Amino acid sequence: MMSTALQSYREATARQRVQGLLDAGSFTEWLGPARRITSPHLAALDAPVSFDDGVVVGQGHLAAQAVVVIAQEGLFNGGAVGEVHGAKIRGALLRAARDRPQAVLLCVDSGGVRLHEANAGLIAISEIMRALFAVQSAGIPVIALVGGTCGAFGGMGIVARLCNAIIISEEGRLGLSGPEVIETVKGVEEFDSRDRALVWRITGGKIRRTLGEATVLVDDDMAAFRSAAAAEMFGDRPHLERWGLSPDSLHGLQAAQRQLAARAALDGSIRDGQQVWNQLGLGEEVALMSPAEFNLCLEARKP
Amino acid sequence: METLHLDLPSLQDDTLLPRVLLHGVVSSGNLEVLVEPGRDAARCIFEVQTAAHGFAEVWQAVLTDFAARHPVGGLSFSIHDAGATPAVVSLRLDQAFQSLRGS
Amino acid sequence: MSIGKTALLDRLFPSGHKVTEVGQVLCGWGETPAGRVHVIGTTEHAAIDSCIALALSAAVLQAVAEDGTDHRPIVFIADTQGQALSRREELLGLNGYFAHLARCVNLARGAGHRLVTLIDGEAVSGGFLAFGLLADAIVALPGAEVRVMDLRAMARITRIPYERLTALARSSPVFAPGADNYWRMGGIHALWTETEDWAAQLLALLQGGGEDERARLGAERGGRKLAASVAQEVLHAHG
Repeated sequence: MMSTALQSYREATARQRVQGLLDAGSFTEWLGPARRITSPHLAALDAPVSFDDGVVVGQGHLAAQAVVVIAQEGLFNGGAVGEVHGAKIRGALLRAARDRPQAVLLCVDSGGVRLHEANAGLIAISEIMRALFAVQSAGIPVIALVGGTCGAFGGMGIVARLCNAIIISEEGRLGLSGPEVIETVKGVEEFDSRDRALVWRITGGKIRRTLGEATVLVDDDMAAFRSAAAAEMFGDRPHLERWGLSPDSLHGLQAAQRQLAARAALDGSIRDGQQVWNQLGLGEEVALMSPAEFNLCLEARKP
Repeated sequence: METLHLDLPSLQDDTLLPRVLLHGVVSSGNLEVLVEPGRDAARCIFEVQTAAHGFAEVWQAVLTDFAARHPVGGLSFSIHDAGATPAVVSLRLDQAFQSLRGS
Repeated sequence: MSIGKTALLDRLFPSGHKVTEVGQVLCGWGETPAGRVHVIGTTEHAAIDSCIALALSAAVLQAVAEDGTDHRPIVFIADTQGQALSRREELLGLNGYFAHLARCVNLARGAGHRLVTLIDGEAVSGGFLAFGLLADAIVALPGAEVRVMDLRAMARITRIPYERLTALARSSPVFAPGADNYWRMGGIHALWTETEDWAAQLLALLQGGGEDERARLGAERGGRKLAASVAQEVLHAHG
């Protein structure tokens, strides 16, 4: 019997996401927890370690197609990237470039660099960027899924944006500096990180989708993420090209440059997602629209 | 971090799925438990690494209770704890055991 | 342009250079015995916002476009305190601007431009990730500060005592600020000293491949022992 119960993507652990996204029984993990490759740097600072250093990597099938999957655990140290964590991601990407699966699923759930091993983490993210380019050069799309508790911030916000598509939930958040960081440095007048509605209007799935930073908005539901990922693999792919963000050519990047320049030239007084929606003729009802309605609404408005 | 090692008597259940399993996540007030095959069919091994110092007796009580309630002989449980309460420890262990049963 | 940057350019390119500064972004060229190279960078510890990121990506795209099939090296000069911290920049999607810049840098590499970064001043986290850290060879000039976060801020956030961090930082390169730490971890290829011939050293760096060897370098230098081996293990794991 088919189950119709929704399974929240946000509330799931990294392992549950891998199981929920892939075809049943198809997943093989690389360097699983029994290998106990934990972070020596956390241990040196007497901080708790995890058997998988907060990231699950391996291969499996999605809709009977081979995929490499990478899933960060946002609950462990905020999904932050350290030496081992980063090397597992890099290794999985290099393996994808070699083995040529149909796609790579990158389940980002991370605040960025792990401070306990900040230098290793920063270099690792740069290495992940290089490896991600290698995967894409091999003609394999990398699909980012953003819907965890930590969103995609810091270096992982950059990495997510390098992907061929970003599937995001309304609750998903995507950016560079987290609201807390901005508030701490610039003051609460600049960004009140406790104003959850404001945080959502700046970094949340709907505004990211509106600006073309994310390619598709989905419900916070495992099956919705799964079918959106499958659609990116098979269907009307390259959303990015439709957004003028074809990644691999001088021409494509020049077009992206113009789009980003146009966005940066938005009225300087705009500091809130609602102002962007108002400019588009979308009012307060934005908050009430379902992801499906919202995607359609944006498609209809595109020139 | 404090490290505890316990080796407790327990019954064995041959029908449990023979696999390595990781349950739970290391986050504040929570833990992860890695279940693997042990050495002695009549005993269960526990390796605990915990951020909360000075709770060896509580761990002993919780784990002894778990090994008595479930047939976990022949298994090894390795735990990374970030300050879970005894109730959460019991819950996670019970959940891991249920997963071994395939449910 | 600042006196410091002018002096740096004079020293790197004694045969001549023409670099302009607009809004903390450097753009131009320098003459070397191997020919002219592009010079693109930031100055005065720039906090990189969408405007600076766009100027940098435009400069990289311009370099790729104008060179045709003669792909001259690009020398990046990195001097950044990190990304701009602002609500508007986050709303615009600053991570997307950085990703675009990274893509442009990668396009240049793919087209055949050798990429060299010189850190002059500061190189901090996001601002460094977006372009400088992506080069084929990365050099820290004397006095360069490279970091994610200073130890006092790190102590506050991780709730690990500052004294403990400073003590551990004496033996571990893994979290404390410092160009030498990044060198030990393979993230920086060379540390130049004040007395060396920078023009000659730059010339030597203009040759070489574009492979990412940083993890291997980190293992060789003993500062990052796991990155290379773990990635290799994933590559060869069963299944």
